[in-house]
Amino acid sequence: MDLSYTDGQNAFREEVRSWLEQNVPEQPLSSFDTEEGFQQHREWEAKLNDGRWGMVTWPEALGGRGCDLIEWLIFEEEYYRSGAPARVNQNGIFLLGPTLMEFGSEEQKARFLPKMATGEEVWAQGWSEPGAGSDMAAIRSKAERVGDHYIINGQKTWSTRAVWADWTFGIFRTDPESSRHKGLTFILVPLDAEGVTVRPIPQLDGLPGFAEIFFDNVKVPVENALGGEGMGWHVAMSTAGFERGLMLRSPARFQETARRLVELYKANKESADIDPTIGDAVMKAWMDAEAYTLNTYMTASRLVQGGKIGAESSTNKIFWSELDQNMHETAMSILGARAELLPHAPAADDVGKWLDGFMFAQAGPIYAGTNEIQRNIIAERMLGMPRA
Amino acid sequence: MNFTFTEDQLMFHDSVKSFLTNEVTAETLRESWESESGRSSELWFQLAELGLTAMTVPEAYGGLGMNELDFILLAEECGYTALPEALVETVLVSTPLLNSLGDDQAEFKELWLSRIATGEVRVAVAHPQNLLVADAHVADLLILANGDEVHAVKPEQVALTKNESVDPSRQLFSVEWTPSSETLIVNEFVGKALWQDALDRGALAVSAQQLGLARKMVDLSVEYTADRKQFGKPIGSFQAVKHLMANVAVQIEFAKSPLYKAAYSVANSLSSRTRDVSHAKLVTTDAALLAAKNGIQAHGAMGYTWEVDLQIFMKSAWAMASSYGSQGFHKQRIKQFVLAGDVFLGAGSTFVQE
Repeated sequence: MDLSYTDGQNAFREEVRSWLEQNVPEQPLSSFDTEEGFQQHREWEAKLNDGRWGMVTWPEALGGRGCDLIEWLIFEEEYYRSGAPARVNQNGIFLLGPTLMEFGSEEQKARFLPKMATGEEVWAQGWSEPGAGSDMAAIRSKAERVGDHYIINGQKTWSTRAVWADWTFGIFRTDPESSRHKGLTFILVPLDAEGVTVRPIPQLDGLPGFAEIFFDNVKVPVENALGGEGMGWHVAMSTAGFERGLMLRSPARFQETARRLVELYKANKESADIDPTIGDAVMKAWMDAEAYTLNTYMTASRLVQGGKIGAESSTNKIFWSELDQNMHETAMSILGARAELLPHAPAADDVGKWLDGFMFAQAGPIYAGTNEIQRNIIAERMLGMPRA
Repeated sequence: MNFTFTEDQLMFHDSVKSFLTNEVTAETLRESWESESGRSSELWFQLAELGLTAMTVPEAYGGLGMNELDFILLAEECGYTALPEALVETVLVSTPLLNSLGDDQAEFKELWLSRIATGEVRVAVAHPQNLLVADAHVADLLILANGDEVHAVKPEQVALTKNESVDPSRQLFSVEWTPSSETLIVNEFVGKALWQDALDRGALAVSAQQLGLARKMVDLSVEYTADRKQFGKPIGSFQAVKHLMANVAVQIEFAKSPLYKAAYSVANSLSSRTRDVSHAKLVTTDAALLAAKNGIQAHGAMGYTWEVDLQIFMKSAWAMASSYGSQGFHKQRIKQFVLAGDVFLGAGSTFVQE
C-alpha cells in the first residue's frame, strides 16, 4: 500500500489542470436540456477531444491517452475542481463506449467510437419501457429479422438526453417466441431513422431531460447489433455494471458538493445553527464523500492490478445516491426560507444551484436500477440470501 | 498510488484467520465466561507462538518489527471471532507506547518489550480517555496516567475493583494507586504527546474490531434467516429482511477503506492521522451498531435469548462503542478539521498532507 501519487501522476495532474485553466469556459453553459445548451455542450465535447481530454482511458488510437483508472480519478478530480461543463455524451462515453470496446467488432468500433469521442454523435440510452422498469427483462419492443435488417416496433421511455441526441442504444426482443432474459439483442438505432418519434418529457425542473421513443417499423441493418443476436441481456448487464460501478459517478463530483456545503454552512453558520443537527450533517457529508473516494481508489487499485468488479459494486450506487440526497437536504435546511427560490428571484440572494441539485438528487435512488433493486442484489449476490 | 494489501499481508491474514476460527469459538467463549479470570494463558502463548504478540515489537527486542498496517486485517479477525484476550490493544497500544519511551528508559523498554514478544508478560494501559482499565487483572505491568505523566506500576502496587460489563468477555477494573517518583517514567510534557498518540492507536484498535464484529453479525444473521422458515419459506427470502442486511452491508463496505487508510496514516505518522482515525472509529462503530440492531431484528425473539450466539458479538460491539472516545468525541475532532478556516477540501484533497 502506498497512498501517495507518483511523480508521473503528479505531472499528469498538472497537465490536466493547466489545460482546463486555459480552456474551461468562463461563463457557465446553458443547461444541456435546452436546444441551445445542448449545442454548447456538444461543442465543448469537441474541444475536449481536440485536446485529447475527451476520454482519457480510451486507447491513443481512438483519441484517448490510454490512462489507467488512477489517472482517470486524477483527471476527474481536476475536471470537477475546475467547474468544467457536465458531459452531455456521458451515456455514450461512459456506458456504451466501454461496452463497444468489449463486445464490438473492429468495424463497429471504427464506425462509432471516433464520432462518439468528438461529440458529433451524442447517445441516449433506451433501457426502460412502459412495462419494463425495475423489471427490465419484461421488455416487449421487438426487432424482427428481415434479411439483413431488423424491423423495430415498440416503445422506450425515460431515455435521458434523447430529445436532441443522435443515436440510442437498448435491448430489443429479436426472438418473438422468447421470454424474460432470453431472445434479446442489443441494438444501436439512429434517432433520425424513418419511423422514429421522440416525444420529450419535461422533468421536475420543467426541461425535457428525457423522452419517450416510439419505433414504428424502423429499419436498421443487422450490423447495428452489438455482441451477437440473443446476447442482449448479457451485453446490457455489462453496460449496467459500468454504470453502477466506477465510470459514471466519480467521487470528485460528490467531494466538490461536500466542499460547497461546508462553505455554505460556514457562510450561514449563525442562522443554520438554530438546528443543532446541521453541523453534524455537514461533517457527515464531508466524511461520506471521503469514504466514497477512498473506496473508489481501493477498487481502482484492485482493477489496475487485474482484479474484477464484483457484486459489492451495488453498494456504490446506494451510497452515492443517498449521500447526494443527504447533502442537498442539508443545504436546503441551511438555506431555510430561501431554499424554495429560483436563483433569479430577487430575494434569492446567493442560493446558487442548490435547488437544481436537490431536485436532481431525488432521481439518484431511482435511475440506474432503483436502490430497492440494488439492495436485493446485495442481499442475494453479495450475502447469498435466498431468492424470493 | 496503490490502495491494496500485499500478498504477504493477505497470506498472514488467512493463516491467522483460520487459527482464530478454530480456536476461538462460541463454546470456548462461553467457557471463558465461567472461568475465574475470563482469560486463558494457554491461548495467549499460542498467539505468541504465531508471532502475534511480537508484531509491533522492534526486531532489536526480538520482535517482528511490523507496523499497524500489517496488523490491521488481523485485528479485524480478532473482532470477527470476539477474541477475549487483549491482543489488539497489546499490539496497537501497549507496545507502541513502551516503544516510544526515550533512551533514558532503554533498559526498561528492552525488559518489557522483549517479554511481550515472547508472550511471557502482558501490559495493560489505563488511558485517561477511558473510564476503566481493561484486563488489568492479568497484567504484569500497568501503564497509568497521572495528569499527563506516564507511570509504570506493578500489580502489587495497585488495588483493583472489578466492574461488570454488559459484555461477559470484558474484564474492566478501576485502579487505586499512588503515583511516586519511582513509578514515573515520562514527564507531563513528553507524556501529553504519548497519550494523544495512544488515543489514536486505541481508537484504531476499536475500529478494526468493530468492523470484524459487524461482518460476523451479518454472517450469523444471514445464516439464521436462511434456516428459519415462516409462511413456508426461509425468512431471508423476504425483501424486508434482505434490506435489513443489505443496509448493514453498505455501511461495512464503506467503513473498510477509512479503516485501512487510518492504519496506513498511523503506520506512516501522516499529519492526517487524527482525523483518519476518528473517521474510521465513527463509521466502523456505526456499522457494528447497525449490524447489532438489524441482526437482532432478523433473529426475532431468538436474538433476545442468552442461548443464541448473536449476543456474544452484539454485546462486544455495544461495550466497545465508547472505548477510546465516544462517537461524539470523534465527531468533534472531525468537525474541528472540516470547519477550520483555511483547510483544503474537495476533489483532489484526499491524499494531500498539510
